[in-house]
Amino acid sequence: MKKIATALSVMLLAATPFAAQATPDDDLKAFRSYFTKKFPEVPANDFINGVYALDAGAREQWEAFEEFPSYEIAIDNGEEKFGKKFANGKGYADCFPNYKKGIKQNYPYFDTDSGKVITLEGAINKCRTDNGEKKLKWAKGEITEIGAYLASLSRDQKINVKVPNDAKAIAAYNRGKKHFWAKRGQLNMSCADCHYYYSGSKIRADLLSPAYGQPSGFPVYRNKWAGMGTLHRRYGGCNKQVRAKPFKAQSDEYKALEYFHTYMSNGLELNGPSQRK
Amino acid sequence: MAKSSIKIRAKVKEGEAKVKCLISHPMETGLRKDKKTGKLIPAKFIQEVVCEHSGATVMNAQWNGTISKNPFLSFAFTGAKSGDMIKISWVDNTGKSDSTEAKMK
Repeated sequence: MKKIATALSVMLLAATPFAAQATPDDDLKAFRSYFTKKFPEVPANDFINGVYALDAGAREQWEAFEEFPSYEIAIDNGEEKFGKKFANGKGYADCFPNYKKGIKQNYPYFDTDSGKVITLEGAINKCRTDNGEKKLKWAKGEITEIGAYLASLSRDQKINVKVPNDAKAIAAYNRGKKHFWAKRGQLNMSCADCHYYYSGSKIRADLLSPAYGQPSGFPVYRNKWAGMGTLHRRYGGCNKQVRAKPFKAQSDEYKALEYFHTYMSNGLELNGPSQRK
Repeated sequence: MAKSSIKIRAKVKEGEAKVKCLISHPMETGLRKDKKTGKLIPAKFIQEVVCEHSGATVMNAQWNGTISKNPFLSFAFTGAKSGDMIKISWVDNTGKSDSTEAKMK
């Protein structure tokens, strides 16, 4: 009898993994196990490939793209721009001393001094403003090229986002978590509706990708955009599709979402930049 | 020398060469308007792409403004062997051109 009771309580715990008191680490474990159980045939690290991990036909097309991907132009341009010095003689390399070893796996991180989430794009623009240069536009264009170059150097590194034990860090994490699970827009849908509960199902002609692993491939070359875009550009698109007013790229809301979203993919390899439909 | 606008990857398998190339070009149709000034953005698109292999033209494409930005082109031809050079060149409507050579694997 006692055994059954324990088993029941364990099951109850498993059924409510996202209770308010759950720590980020608990959330991550539950999140990961949900997807690995939902898609037992997908190899553990293949979630980084989004829908291409689930659909063989789409994967074939995608692999043909990846043989000679359109984002190569962006990586080349990014490398060139990254190497260019600013007017004061310094360069990006001074801001990102370890860039050759790969740095993207640590972004976004929580900066305890400023109490803010720092994304890679935020760090790129901070580097520019610190050196007296103008900010780049947030969602597309040059910032994605530099991001693509840095991401290409960080390939195969494991995502390693940390939530320090700091009230503000936890608050930012929880804000992102709330955004992920909360319903929004005229269609009354949350991020989780599509990319958690219905991941792997069809939405009209397209498959819904699992939220687990999504941040790995950014910035992406998206065929629909015929160009590169950041994760926040995609968030804006997602919000619009459920007929909600999108937040601005690099707003605190999206930074918090990126923080939560990327944390949920901890341990997966980076695969950016990549190509998406 | 400025960086070439053409990237080529070509492989030969059983006498058939498969060529893939990616060209960076704005491919403006001339029909779009500049959002700020309201003026038309002048047309600038590739009109002809030519691939040469040992002096002979193996592929000639006539393009216009309907092709997308940074076009990707893939084609195959026979009668080539590994190690051969191919040359791909383009000319756009403003008279600008570029060409590049690559060795086939």
